[in-house]
Amino acid sequence: MLKTFRIGGIHPKENKFSAGKSIESIAIPTEVIVPLAQHIGAPCQPVVKRGDEVKVGTLLGKSVGFVSANIHSPVSGKVKKIDKALDASGYKREAIFIDVEGDEWEETIDRTDTLVRECNLSTKEIIEKIASAGIVGMGGATFPTHVKLTPPPGTKAEVLIINGVECEPYLTADHMLMMQKTEEILVGTQLLMKTVNVNRAVIGIENNKPDAIQKFTQAAKSYPGIEVQALKVQYPQGGEKQLIDAVMRRQIASGALPISVGAIVQNVGTAFAVYEAVQKNKPLVERVVTVTGKDVTNPCNVLSRIGVPLRDLIDFAGGLPENTGKVISGGPMMGKAVASIDIPVTKGTSGVLIIATLEARRKQMKDCIRCAKCVSICPMGLNPTTLMTLTEYEVWDKAEKEKITDCIECGSCSFICPSDRPLLDYIRLGKGKVMGIMRARKN
Amino acid sequence: MKNKLVVSPSPHVHSGDTISKNMYGVLIALVPAFIVSLYVFGIDALILTAFSVLFCVITEYGVQRFMFKKEPTISDGSAIITGVLLAFNVPSNLPLWILAIGAIAAIGIGKMSFGGLGNNIFNPALLGRVFLLISFPAQMTSWPLPSTIEAIDGVTAATVLENIKYNPSALPSISDMFFGLESGSIGEMSVMALLLGLIYMLWKKIITWHIPISILLTVAIFAGGVYLIDPSPTNNPLIHLLSGGLMLGAVFMATDYATSPLTHKGMIIYGIGIGVVTMCIRLWGSYPEGVSFAILLMNGLTPLINNYVKPKRFGEVVKNG
Repeated sequence: MLKTFRIGGIHPKENKFSAGKSIESIAIPTEVIVPLAQHIGAPCQPVVKRGDEVKVGTLLGKSVGFVSANIHSPVSGKVKKIDKALDASGYKREAIFIDVEGDEWEETIDRTDTLVRECNLSTKEIIEKIASAGIVGMGGATFPTHVKLTPPPGTKAEVLIINGVECEPYLTADHMLMMQKTEEILVGTQLLMKTVNVNRAVIGIENNKPDAIQKFTQAAKSYPGIEVQALKVQYPQGGEKQLIDAVMRRQIASGALPISVGAIVQNVGTAFAVYEAVQKNKPLVERVVTVTGKDVTNPCNVLSRIGVPLRDLIDFAGGLPENTGKVISGGPMMGKAVASIDIPVTKGTSGVLIIATLEARRKQMKDCIRCAKCVSICPMGLNPTTLMTLTEYEVWDKAEKEKITDCIECGSCSFICPSDRPLLDYIRLGKGKVMGIMRARKN
Repeated sequence: MKNKLVVSPSPHVHSGDTISKNMYGVLIALVPAFIVSLYVFGIDALILTAFSVLFCVITEYGVQRFMFKKEPTISDGSAIITGVLLAFNVPSNLPLWILAIGAIAAIGIGKMSFGGLGNNIFNPALLGRVFLLISFPAQMTSWPLPSTIEAIDGVTAATVLENIKYNPSALPSISDMFFGLESGSIGEMSVMALLLGLIYMLWKKIITWHIPISILLTVAIFAGGVYLIDPSPTNNPLIHLLSGGLMLGAVFMATDYATSPLTHKGMIIYGIGIGVVTMCIRLWGSYPEGVSFAILLMNGLTPLINNYVKPKRFGEVVKNG
């Protein structure tokens, strides 16, 4: 029996149309928009001004505060302006607009494809390099990686888990990266193991990617301490808590961090970015994005610079289909529906998914028939239908007791509901409210 | 792009599951039992079932259209299920006008007075059945002889459970009970057909095993325990499992979404409760059969179960290994 997490779970239709399509580089446009908030935490402080010449890899924004990340120029050219630009969440936020001229890189960056295995840097130096390269969680959560690698004092990691699950339907970016950059990811994993001082790492890959499992199992033989764990296909296995449970058979208590069970989780994309940052001096200026959808002419995986508008990626995949109803940044379960396709690719853009009008609109919600399907599939063991009702009637104390704040917003409840009830919408609302109340009580 | 993009919170895809898919799934699962009823009771079973469905649907339509003043949702199939289940729970010679009263009570009182599908506390079909049982005890407990059994004395026969209570020597064979060739309500006799329905519903993930299995196991263990103390054929656990409305109740009535608990643990408590109450009524009560009352009683306790029994939370119950 293949391992998987032990509570709840669903199996949405995979629709991985772009699986097996090699990563293709996409042309750099004449203008890019680089948002200053591409990560969880404080937006960074711009260190360039209008008219400044920049190269690929030039620092544009400096991280401020503990949870924050540097941002580098993905192109060479001239800073046009620093202004507000629409982002994937639909807010207008500070961004640096750059007029592209040529493609000149900072000299320190090693642009060759040669694999560099050796690394003589100390733990501290590696983490500093990761921090200065502006690396964040590439799975979509965009939590600054160097912060995650600096666990609170008194805690000790036992295992590093590398997330190669890619449980979101449609997305194949991680899959293709794993196929094409296997060794690089393994070196990145070794570097990460060194930073958190563990001698065991497990790469978790779902069973729907047998080629990647095979490739990694083969390649990992020459990397001591790194093992590959095939996992049963089950959503949301890419969730940190679920993946730790699947791999280690340990469950994190409500409100605790992964380190409390001795685990640190990093995405395969992050491991690759860490490799490039440490071994190649390359900051995070580009990423792999899956461009896909049922009616997209050429579903593909592209290597895109940060700041390129989604429109360019969509055009590369054959243009926006006539029947487009919704464009999503990320996957169908947890991605964000965007208001415009002119928003830029950021560090967290794992996919661009195009959904037809017919599927884009929600159906009329019906009364709850208490079929309890949401209760049995909730991967956090919550009671979604009750949480929705408690939010509707604003019974916050009860919602808190029912652990509304444990919700990981995976969307399985709304997905499964035969009455088309927007369970997660309500739970999100209630969760925010209850978290506010809890914070107020603490102060 | 002519139209603006739709912006909504995640998730952006849906399983495609609908209320009607689940309801029609239950109806498909009822087909084998219906076929056996046609074989055993002939055209009477068809007429009663059709009539019951018709009255249930009309009642629901009428209440929604003229009292709620809302768009009727009869197409979701839930009223049809109530109709079929009500018919399955009555003798095949029940006068149609009595059945009509039962249908109106089932849907009108049992379901719509609470606000319709999902809001009712008691299983509508069972409420209708018990309503009739109390109002028309004679008609509800005179069972015509199945056409498959040669008439010995007249046109009516006792059910297995009546025989257990009053005439233990007249029990049918176990295999007749399994295939459904004994006396009883229209749809309750064929254990085999009902089990086929159960397998179908489990396969299609319409229900989980927790309720039916916990009921059946409880009955088997309870009767088994009594049988060990007093090994008379009337205490035989196999006969208790195969007789009366137990299988129909455990598979189709107790598993009604709206009136059963939300958590797996709760479902098991609910199932054990039904099993225990059923056996108490069967062994020591004045009615020969107790499944209906047991289910209705546990329906009433469902909100309480939901209040106390919580799902297995992530990180709380499971042991870390």
